[in-house]
Amino acid sequence: MTQAAQHRLMVVDDSNVIRRRIERVQDLPGLEFVGAARNGREALEMHERLRPTIVTMDLTMPEMDGGECVAQLVERDPKILILVISALADKLTAIEAIEKGASGFLCKPFTDRQLNNALRKLIE
Amino acid sequence: MVAKTESEVSVFIDGVLNYFGTAVQQVAECGTPYLALNRSPEISDYTGMIRISGKRDGIVFFTAPKSMLCVMLMRMQETDMSHDNLCDLVGEIANTLSGNARRDFGHQFNISVPSVVHGRNSAVEYPANTRPIVIPIEWRKYHARLVVCLN
Repeated sequence: MTQAAQHRLMVVDDSNVIRRRIERVQDLPGLEFVGAARNGREALEMHERLRPTIVTMDLTMPEMDGGECVAQLVERDPKILILVISALADKLTAIEAIEKGASGFLCKPFTDRQLNNALRKLIE
Repeated sequence: MVAKTESEVSVFIDGVLNYFGTAVQQVAECGTPYLALNRSPEISDYTGMIRISGKRDGIVFFTAPKSMLCVMLMRMQETDMSHDNLCDLVGEIANTLSGNARRDFGHQFNISVPSVVHGRNSAVEYPANTRPIVIPIEWRKYHARLVVCLN
């Protein structure tokens, strides 16, 4: 971690385009990108090694979906901040994610500004 | 039923136009929808598709030429125009269609996880006794299509 970085960001999404986009456009001071995973199972493995403090999480993914991964990450680290980013734009999906321990919800598609605002809200 | 179909089609059109306005940050325009003369409208290089079942059965897909998808990726500041990333992009657009349908239609519809097909000769299975509605999507100099086929 760089000296100025206070938060470590891990991105979880089965879309390479989305993973790279989040890595590229996140530009909050104090936030450092540390890694990206393609599904929930991979995210749990990488969590051991990378110790992220913030995670962006897709919901519909192969092997282990985002909802299950949110629940397991929060169980391991109750302080972890998870922003669910999903095209499933209905209220029920958002409520379920929050109930599993997510800290915020952002609908796909999103603009660069919307992503950074959502991450900023989590940190503040 | 016509009015219902129109409102259902609007959900998908809005989803695609919203994707361009938000993720690509450059608006696309919707042309005049028409019924396909034959049951198999022409598909383009990359196609992202969802299947719907329940109250209505059918498919909805967005199909676009490779050149258009490459420029869309460029607009999103992506430098990797690989086959996998092009598949990812149409898959994400189909994912958005799926999310919008789930939000607006609720439990009347079961909506599949998006799938992607590559190639203009790919076979698409249409539901029986239907004629696909084709909605031209114009963006810059490129032409894509949104196809809605529900019985």
